[in-house]
Amino acid sequence: MAEHIVRSYDNDLQGLRQRIAEMGGIAEKMLGDASQALVRHDKPLAQTVIAADSRLDVLQREVEESAILTIARRQPLAVDLRETISAIRISGDVERIGDLAKNIAKRALAIGDDVKPQKIVVSLKHMNDLVLGQLKDVLDAYAQQDTAKSLDVWKRDGAIDALYTSIFRELLTYMMEDPRNISFCTHLLFCAKNIERIGDHTTNIAETVHYLVTGETLAIDRPKNDRSIDAAVTGG
Amino acid sequence: MSSIAVSASSAIGKTAAANPDALVRIAVRNLDFYYGDFRSLKDISIDFFDRQVTALIGPSGCGKSTLLRTFNRIYSLYPEQRAEGEILLDGQNVLSPAIDVNELRARVGMVFQKPTPFPMSIYDNIAFGIRLYEKLPKSELDGRIEEALRKAALWGEVKDKLRQSGMGLSGGQQQRLCIARTIAQQPEVILLDEPTSALDPISTGKIEELIEQLRSEFTIVIVTHNMQQAARISQFTAFMYLGELVEFGPTNKMFMNPTKKQTQDYITGRFG
Repeated sequence: MAEHIVRSYDNDLQGLRQRIAEMGGIAEKMLGDASQALVRHDKPLAQTVIAADSRLDVLQREVEESAILTIARRQPLAVDLRETISAIRISGDVERIGDLAKNIAKRALAIGDDVKPQKIVVSLKHMNDLVLGQLKDVLDAYAQQDTAKSLDVWKRDGAIDALYTSIFRELLTYMMEDPRNISFCTHLLFCAKNIERIGDHTTNIAETVHYLVTGETLAIDRPKNDRSIDAAVTGG
Repeated sequence: MSSIAVSASSAIGKTAAANPDALVRIAVRNLDFYYGDFRSLKDISIDFFDRQVTALIGPSGCGKSTLLRTFNRIYSLYPEQRAEGEILLDGQNVLSPAIDVNELRARVGMVFQKPTPFPMSIYDNIAFGIRLYEKLPKSELDGRIEEALRKAALWGEVKDKLRQSGMGLSGGQQQRLCIARTIAQQPEVILLDEPTSALDPISTGKIEELIEQLRSEFTIVIVTHNMQQAARISQFTAFMYLGELVEFGPTNKMFMNPTKKQTQDYITGRFG
């Protein structure tokens, strides 16, 4: 893209992109660390995740303020307006991802080493790895303005929903087997739900990237495979 | 440039289908314009819709004012300027020698960048234009003048000083007086050539509000350098560059997601 006649305008937009890149890096690390903390019962690591969230909040406020100032100062149009609005949206999604990762870390602290069958945590870790891959890809798609890549992320969300449904069933089974499992299984259920919602945020970002690059919104419904509602009705 | 004209008209086709009332009021076909030997408009084909505001945008010298000046043949005051092609106003070619230009200019009114009140009273500024074409009894003339001033959103400010000079009004009021003078002739089309570029933001706001109201009765074509103004007040936008029509389409599309890179570069301030 050619440069603006007013060079400071380019700096404004560049500043937005840089802050979002930094936010993305932090969120990726938080999500990876949160799942490690859960698997390895690593309390200090969980604490780092919790501490990292405040930086994300600060960055998100900066993106918002800077985007609003850009709108007021420069009245951006076309791709510039889409870029500014996208920055506000994406920073909101990444900030929420940080909150959800922080919540996983808090639950890792609460569970401690109380998890009996380690297998269930491994399933959760697998789901987390998938979502982490989605997050990485969608942040790359944003940085490279690559709408094909963002569409790919968007389409893959169905697999995460399906995995969430199977973890949901698995946890229900453990809880029915032995009421002593209920405490940690409930925490894990929330962790799984958090990861599933992080997946939803990555698809939101994918939609925003598509809008940013093409100027069009994704009209068709996103693929959904979350059948946990049925699972609850039938008792798993 | 004919391919662009085709894609533009297909984009419009959709909009016109969405709004069956949008009739073509002015159809420009293969228009060329010359200042002496210099060809300043190159094969322009574009439709202007009835009771819609169309904004012409583009850098200085791109031909947007020239295009505007062909619609009422005001250029013909200068012997070395000529237009070739067709401009169909309600199906009638205004470039035809058979057209009475005085009648044409009553049908296609024009307002300029700098307010141009005549050095006479507010009342006579408006009466002057009407008297050129019509002989009305005083009571009817008074009614027409009041109506024009009301439509131009100026009546409230001048009704007690109609006999005072139009030159004594503020810039914004003078511009609205010029719009009232145009309206009084009951035109079909109103051409506005950067009507607010010499005005403060409040007067600009009043003119923009006025344009929005006038749209229900007139076909409006406005040349503006203010991109946000074009985005605010028009339904269609045409981007011109070096005498060519680069892109034409619904304003929302033009300002959110233009098709041509040149358009995007211009409206986002990346030109040159």
